[in-house]
Amino acid sequence: MSAVVDTAPASAAADGQASGAPWLLTAPALVLFLGVLVIPLAMTVMLSFHDWGQYKGIEPVFILKNWREIATDPYYAEMFWRTFRIALLTTLITAVLGAPEAYILNRMSSPWKSIFLLVILGPLLISVVARTLGWALLFGGSNGLVNKLLMSLGLIATPLRFMFTETGMVVALAHVMMPFMVLSVWAALQRLDPQIENAALSLGASAPTIIRRIILPQIMPGVLSGAIIVFSLSASAFATPAIIGGRRLKVAATLAYDEFLNTLNWPLGAAVAVLLLIALALIVLGSNALIERRYAEVFR
Amino acid sequence: MRRNGPLALIFHTLFVVFMLAPIVVVCLVAFTPEGYLSLPTHGFSLRWFREIAEYPEFVHAFWISLGLGALSSFVALLFAVPAALAIARYRFRGRDALAALFLSPLMIPHVVLGIAFLRFFTSIGMGGGFPALITAHVIVVFPFALRLTLAATTGMDRSVEMAAISLGAGGWTLFRRVTLPLILPGVISGWALAFIQSFDDLTMTVFLAAPGTETLPVRMFLYIQDNIDPLVTSVSACVIAVTMTALILLDRFYGLDRVLAGKSDTGR
Repeated sequence: MSAVVDTAPASAAADGQASGAPWLLTAPALVLFLGVLVIPLAMTVMLSFHDWGQYKGIEPVFILKNWREIATDPYYAEMFWRTFRIALLTTLITAVLGAPEAYILNRMSSPWKSIFLLVILGPLLISVVARTLGWALLFGGSNGLVNKLLMSLGLIATPLRFMFTETGMVVALAHVMMPFMVLSVWAALQRLDPQIENAALSLGASAPTIIRRIILPQIMPGVLSGAIIVFSLSASAFATPAIIGGRRLKVAATLAYDEFLNTLNWPLGAAVAVLLLIALALIVLGSNALIERRYAEVFR
Repeated sequence: MRRNGPLALIFHTLFVVFMLAPIVVVCLVAFTPEGYLSLPTHGFSLRWFREIAEYPEFVHAFWISLGLGALSSFVALLFAVPAALAIARYRFRGRDALAALFLSPLMIPHVVLGIAFLRFFTSIGMGGGFPALITAHVIVVFPFALRLTLAATTGMDRSVEMAAISLGAGGWTLFRRVTLPLILPGVISGWALAFIQSFDDLTMTVFLAAPGTETLPVRMFLYIQDNIDPLVTSVSACVIAVTMTALILLDRFYGLDRVLAGKSDTGR
C-alpha cells in the first residue's frame, strides 16, 4: 500500500492528506467486495467441479463430471440454444422498435419529450414480477386481450399461444428490455449535431435518404451498445422466462434455479451458471471489441 | 429540425401503448370487484386490497422488503461515499481496477450472484438469514449508490471546501459540515435508486430467501408459480405505488433523466 504513487490533481493535493488516503477511503469497500463477492464467485467455480449424489450430497472432490454431462447431454445444448435464440430475437425486436422510437422522441417538442421519455424509461424501475404479471394477464389463455385485439384487427384468424411458449417469452422480454435500448440510442442521438440533418435537407436529400445515410450511421454505435446490454440481460433473465415459460420451457437461469432449489444438484447448477457467465462474458467482450474497432472515432 | 410526420406519431402511440399496457392492466385488474381475474367493468372495488391483510405472508414480506431495501442501501452508502471521494479526487495506482471491481455487480448475471451468495452463506452457516440477505443486497446495490455519489462528488464545487479549510476546519468536521451537505442530493438519490433496485430484486434474492425472510418479489413470484388471481395483482399495484413514490423522490432531488442517463451505460 505504501508503494502508491500520488499523482492527484493539484486541487486534491490541497487537502494536505497523505498519499495513503485514497486507499484508506476505499479499503472498507475493497475488503467487502473481496470477502463477499470475489470469494463466493471463486467458490461457485470450485463447486462446479464437485461431485453430487442423491444420497451422499455434495462431495468436495475435483472431477469433470458436471462439465462432461453438460457437454454431452443434448438437453443442455438445446436449452442453451433456446436461451440465446430468445435473447437474440429480443435484441432484434428492441433494436427495430426502440431505435426509431428514440429518434421520434428526440424530435418531439419540449414538454412532450420529457413526459414520454419518463413514460418509456419509468418501467425500467418497476418490478419485473409486476410487469411480467401484466403480460401473463394480457396473454391469458386463448381469449386473452392480446389475442382478442389481434383477431379483431384481422391480423390472425385463430388465437396464438403466448403463455408457455417462446413467442410469449420474447414479447414480454422485449417489453422488459426496451427501455435499455431506447436509452442507449437516445444517448447516441444527444451527441448528434442536428445541423448535419438540415444540411442534407438543404442539399435536396429525401427523408429516407437522410435516415439511411445520415442518422443511421451515427446512431449505430448506440444501437449496438444497447444491443449488447439487452442481449446479456435477456440471456440471463429469470423472472420473465420463469413466469411466461412455466415449468417445462427452461432457459439457463431457470434451469440453474431448478438444480439449486428443486433437484438440489448444486454442482450441476453451478456448472450451468458458470458456463452462462463465461459465454456471456465472451460474447459481450468480443462484440465490444468489434464495435470499438469499427467505430473507433466515435469513442475517442 | 423537422417535425414528426403522422406515421411517426402513429408508431409512437402504438409504442407507448405497448410500454404501458401490462402495467395499466395489472393496476386495473387490482380494482376488480369480481372473485376472478377480470377488468373492472362494473365499477371499482377495493376488495382485493382489503384481502391482502388476510394474507400475513404478503404483509410480512412487504416489511422485509422495505427494511431490507432501506438498510442495505444505507449500508452500501457507508461504503460507497468514502470510495467515491477517493475515486473522484485522487489519481492513484489501481484506481481504474477498483472502480471496475465496484461496478462489476452490474455485469454479473444476478442468477450467478444468487448462486454464489447461496453457496457462500450456507458454507459459513448464515444461509437463509436476514444478515445474509442484507450483505448480498449491499453488494448488488453498491454500484448504483457509488455511481450517483461519484457524480455528485465529481461535479462538486471545491472552493467552499477550500474556504472551510482556510478557516481551520479539517477532517471529520470538514466532511460533516461542508462536504456531506454539498453532495447530499447525490447521496440521497443514490440511496433512492439503490432502494428501488433492492426492493425489486427477484433473481438474486430468490436463491437466498428462506421462509420467514422472503421478500415481496420472492413471495409474489412463488405465489404466481402456483396460480394467478386478483390478489397478486393488488399486491403488484402496491409495489408499483411504492416504486412510483421512490421515483418521485428521485425526480425531486436529482432529476430522473440524469439518474436514468447515468444508468444507460451500466453495461459498458
